[in-house]
Amino acid sequence: MSVLVYTESDNGKFKKNALEAASYAHKLAEQLGTSVTAITINVADSEVIGTYGVSKILKVTSDKLSIFNAKAYATAIAQAVENEGASTIVVSSSTDTKYMAAILAGILKAGYCTNVVAPPISTNPLVIKRTAFSNKGFAHTEYKTTTNIIGVSNNAYGIFENSVSPEVENFEPNLNDTDFSVQSLNIDKVVGKATIADADIVVSGGRGLKGPENWGMIEELADVLGAATACSKPVSDMGWRSHSEHVGQTGKPVASNLYIAIGISGAIQHLAGINASKVKVVINTDPEAPFFKAADYGIIGDAFEVVPKLTEKLKEFKAQNA
Amino acid sequence: MKILVCISNVPDTTSKINFTEGDTKFDANGVQFVINPNDEFGLTRAMWFKEKQGATIHVATVGGPAVEPTIRKALAIGADEAVRINAEPKDGLFVAQQLAEVVKTGGYDLIIAGRESIDYNGGMVPGMMSALLNYNFINTCIGLEIEGNTATAIREIDGGKEKLSAALPLIIGGQKGLVEESDLRIPNMRGIMMARQKKLNVLEPVDASFGTEDIKFEKPAAKGDVKLVESDNISELIDLLHNEAKVI
Repeated sequence: MSVLVYTESDNGKFKKNALEAASYAHKLAEQLGTSVTAITINVADSEVIGTYGVSKILKVTSDKLSIFNAKAYATAIAQAVENEGASTIVVSSSTDTKYMAAILAGILKAGYCTNVVAPPISTNPLVIKRTAFSNKGFAHTEYKTTTNIIGVSNNAYGIFENSVSPEVENFEPNLNDTDFSVQSLNIDKVVGKATIADADIVVSGGRGLKGPENWGMIEELADVLGAATACSKPVSDMGWRSHSEHVGQTGKPVASNLYIAIGISGAIQHLAGINASKVKVVINTDPEAPFFKAADYGIIGDAFEVVPKLTEKLKEFKAQNA
Repeated sequence: MKILVCISNVPDTTSKINFTEGDTKFDANGVQFVINPNDEFGLTRAMWFKEKQGATIHVATVGGPAVEPTIRKALAIGADEAVRINAEPKDGLFVAQQLAEVVKTGGYDLIIAGRESIDYNGGMVPGMMSALLNYNFINTCIGLEIEGNTATAIREIDGGKEKLSAALPLIIGGQKGLVEESDLRIPNMRGIMMARQKKLNVLEPVDASFGTEDIKFEKPAAKGDVKLVESDNISELIDLLHNEAKVI
């Protein structure tokens, strides 16, 4: 009856979303009067996750799983669910985990909710709150199955310490070749830079920047803040920036703590994609831009004047608060 | 090659979202419905295969009679035949089971669905189908080539992309990048006329379980007014972000 959490890792270290998923699982287990078991894949120092309320670890160490494979990971986790007799599984919302968890839900014939933003509203029946209609609404969703998967939205619940020293059990999933029939040929990944999915702060530019040659100031501002860079749809459609930076309804979703929109008018589709961010700042010359209605803070002004000044002031601020 | 494109009928991206019947139902009143954008990128890629490599395209959707204009649009764009499963698409697990049945009987080489629908944003149907059918599956797909029995695909990952290879039959969770926005097609008059002659089969749903049920909806809390800072007083913004919002 325990709660099982899949704690995602990258290069042998837990990702931030793993700590949040574990914190959520702990809260849920408290509500259910049970305990949390985590499954970790190729994390040497897996005991660390005990800090977030995990009392048992199923530790998987496998060369075959050194590169993420959605089907193989789903198969391994499904076996862990069975092993533990878990009825509720908590996962994060990263691109890899959403890919994996949909397969897992199919294997287990489990009810699955993604984009869950709060601890359960009730546990019997299990009802959760999730975003719907691309952040234009919320749904309260009731599980109808005996095995349930909760996909916790990034930055929605938070990370909480509830230190326990966990029991660690080596777990060897039974995988065969068909679990690896989708093969990774190569991975092209930016390292050492904040990604839109993980970043606490996202700095985003729109058509108001007039051309790709002006992105230097966006990148400088992002550098000072340790932020990821993003852009609006027209900017990626015109090829000023890569598609991977496009945020909005048909682009990447953003759920950062701070989203800074520069030269972006705030079309409804753009706002839908970024509305899950906690604090929004807009810098735009047009006081009528719809973004001013969605933002918490705004500056009416020319990005070419405001952004360099903001970067400079932030450098001073960072120097004083370092 | 036989391709099935799974289509979701969703409110247009510019729609205002409201709820009705004591906030238990989506209010479709005055809402324009369209092909889910992620599915439309997939359909357009399917058209590319049809024209360049030769393929038959079927489209499938789960929904009541009201979704037929959206299916007809897919036929007008160039799909050859359509299937409508006559049931409310209440949750991902139910829809995945219905579509898996269509795949089983139709014998498709390639099944393209969107990464997620823009209404309920579940993002689970293609993955669930892959588990139910034991087919290969690649999600958040932004590039797809087929040669013989093998697909090479690019998938978007956090912070980059991954190139993958898989044998057919294959299920794809597609999105923008599969084709460009400028490649999307607006049906022409001839396409619309031809679509009327194409087969639209209506099937009754198979017995299937539900995973979840939406019992209530709410709109986001009304937002307070924006706090404006003068462009010559940027330190104030930094102060607000640090001391009030506590985000830097």
